Amino acid sequence: MKVYINGINAISPQHTFKHEDWLKEPVGYRQVRYLKCIEPVYTEYIDPMAARRMSRIVKTGVCSAIKCLHDAAVEMPGAIITGTGLGCIEDTEKFLGSIFVNKEQLLNPTPFIQSTHNTVAAAIALKLKCKNYNSTYVHRGFSFEHALTDGLMLLHEEPADNILVGGLDELTDNSFIITDRLGLWKKTPVDSLKLLKYNNKGSLAGEGAAFFALSRERKENSYACMSLPAMFYKPRNISEVEHQLSAFLSRDEKTLNDIDLVILGLNGDAAGDKIYYQLIDQHFKNIPVAYFKHLCGEYDTSSAFAVFLAALVIKKQQIPEVACLNKSPENKIKHILIYNHLRNINHTFFLISAC
Amino acid sequence: MPEKVFITGVGIISSIGKGIDETIDSLKNSRSGIGVITLLETAYKNELPAAEVKATHEDLMEIAGIKDKRPYSRTALLGIIAARQALRHAFIDDIAAYRTGLISATTVGGMDKSEVFYRPFIENKRHGRLRDIITHDCGDSTETIADYTGIRDYVSTVSTACSSSANALLLGARLIKNGLLQRVLVGGVDALTLFTINGFNSLMILDKNPCRPFDEERNGLNLGEGAGFLMLEAESIAEKEKKSVLCEISGYGNACDAFHQTASSPEGDGAYLSMKKALDTARLEPSMIDYINAHGTGTKNNDLSEGKAIERLFGNTPPPCSSTKAYTGHTLGAAGAVEAVFCVLAIQNGIIYPNLRFQKQMSELSFSPVVALQNRKPLKHIMSNSFGFGGNNTSLIFSAI
Repeated sequence: MKVYINGINAISPQHTFKHEDWLKEPVGYRQVRYLKCIEPVYTEYIDPMAARRMSRIVKTGVCSAIKCLHDAAVEMPGAIITGTGLGCIEDTEKFLGSIFVNKEQLLNPTPFIQSTHNTVAAAIALKLKCKNYNSTYVHRGFSFEHALTDGLMLLHEEPADNILVGGLDELTDNSFIITDRLGLWKKTPVDSLKLLKYNNKGSLAGEGAAFFALSRERKENSYACMSLPAMFYKPRNISEVEHQLSAFLSRDEKTLNDIDLVILGLNGDAAGDKIYYQLIDQHFKNIPVAYFKHLCGEYDTSSAFAVFLAALVIKKQQIPEVACLNKSPENKIKHILIYNHLRNINHTFFLISAC
Repeated sequence: MPEKVFITGVGIISSIGKGIDETIDSLKNSRSGIGVITLLETAYKNELPAAEVKATHEDLMEIAGIKDKRPYSRTALLGIIAARQALRHAFIDDIAAYRTGLISATTVGGMDKSEVFYRPFIENKRHGRLRDIITHDCGDSTETIADYTGIRDYVSTVSTACSSSANALLLGARLIKNGLLQRVLVGGVDALTLFTINGFNSLMILDKNPCRPFDEERNGLNLGEGAGFLMLEAESIAEKEKKSVLCEISGYGNACDAFHQTASSPEGDGAYLSMKKALDTARLEPSMIDYINAHGTGTKNNDLSEGKAIERLFGNTPPPCSSTKAYTGHTLGAAGAVEAVFCVLAIQNGIIYPNLRFQKQMSELSFSPVVALQNRKPLKHIMSNSFGFGGNNTSLIFSAI
């Protein structure tokens, strides 16, 4: 299954929304423990009345989706599929809090309505009056990958074309506090661009939305093409990861010699990053390696940011120096391998190729 | 030609039974599980009926045979119980023998535990036990079921509100047809929570009496809880293993109403499209459907919209139709799977379930639902509808072999 990425968009802690030049101007944040999105002026894309009722993740999702479809010159997508690890947590928290504060009496239903995980996909459909296939996946570090897999299958099996797939998560004050208590983040503030220099426990929290318009057909402005991502759950050891990697590459009739750039999910957590460094030492020695979580932070659907980055890098044939771990690629970048894992539970590979 | 997708085992736990035998007995004897709330600690205990699984956390731990100290949400326990039944029913003992996946669906995941965490947490952000919040996200119950059953090849969670588990079935069937999996355990689970009971109550769509789907005087839905799981196997694997096959998933359709975040369109556009697509994938004519297990929540809006859509597709004399939510309440993310299990049992037993408590025909509709248990052999094709907030509509078709 090979499909073309004909439109992309991301709202992230980088200037990605109007993405033409963001690779030239990556933003570094000083002394932070989390990264938040640089948000567009939503009312340029959503009716102000409607925007007022929407929570932040819904606005981010709808705006990014619309901009992505513009980018692909698609008016009506053949399907809308989203992936989100935690969904609309701002409204979930709001409604949950109101139950206890108001002792179950006279509750405002709006946050309940917007707390369901499919709110963003539904809001996009509502905005476009799109009655086509619509679904939402909510599986931790596989959420975006499942959305993508579904989209690729649809392109393979149905007349449906121009499928919109997105991955998104929001960070709220409370979700940061809870995940911080769980020990996910660095205990002292860091400079985001130096994320890998600290060599201690924890990562940098983040958030974002990234959308892709996928098609069976290559267009003049196509960014790249891609195949089915690979997901594997709780690998028992590094050799299982290596096995999965070689199975993934050989499925697409590739070897590591074909890979011009590897993008890794390095997130600064010393224990979690070990596996990436082992792979670099043993397999990626001669391949330029890049990383991305110092640009967007760690969250369940951060792999969508990596795919966005890869699609853009292939099209522009340039990569910001701050994203490179070692050397910058010298040759034409034809194939990018992305490897990401979330807390050593959900592991994924993507192959993004020039078309 | 893509492979056929067979159902070789089912598992279920709901207010009307902790297993297939109790469930079919309740269905045959019109025994509804809707009643007074006795387990959930809510201000609405004596005001709003619901369909609880009458088992405490400890009871469920015991049924599941779990003794370890890992935190389990009620959602995960209900899911484990139904998933284990389905695997046993399908006689699957070696998970690793074939490429096997797990797709579960839920709307609020481990919310029952999150509520325990949140009460002290909102008073003081350092309070609340962390073991009560790490089961919050929807992926948690799925991964807990995966670890319990040993399924590792493909682990996914769907959440499209009240059609969640219908979409889990749809995805499972497609993954097999596309050759990505050989077997997949699909289903859904939701536990009754303060979050959902207060949510639906704030929308003023909960009936203070046991619900009456498709009745002129219907006045809302009752919430329920439970889990349903179904073992899907590729035709080639079922044949090779000489499996006894319960039925086939022959059709599925997913469409979006795109009308309103919570309300359905008056003409039921999304419902019509999802049913139409399901017929198209099954290559069936409307007249070939023998029974429709309707979404039929009992709200004014759903039943009218769904009824109109059924009329549009099937004409003024549609096939026998009933909503089994008058038995189980609305089990939200589990509903599609719970009702899929009912459809499988209907085909197995050659019966059509009554739409309990129906009295008065809806003035807007030309048809009324089945009111008494019907023996009807053979039942060849059954359609099951699941519609959700956000207009996420999915229809499935189950066919006898």
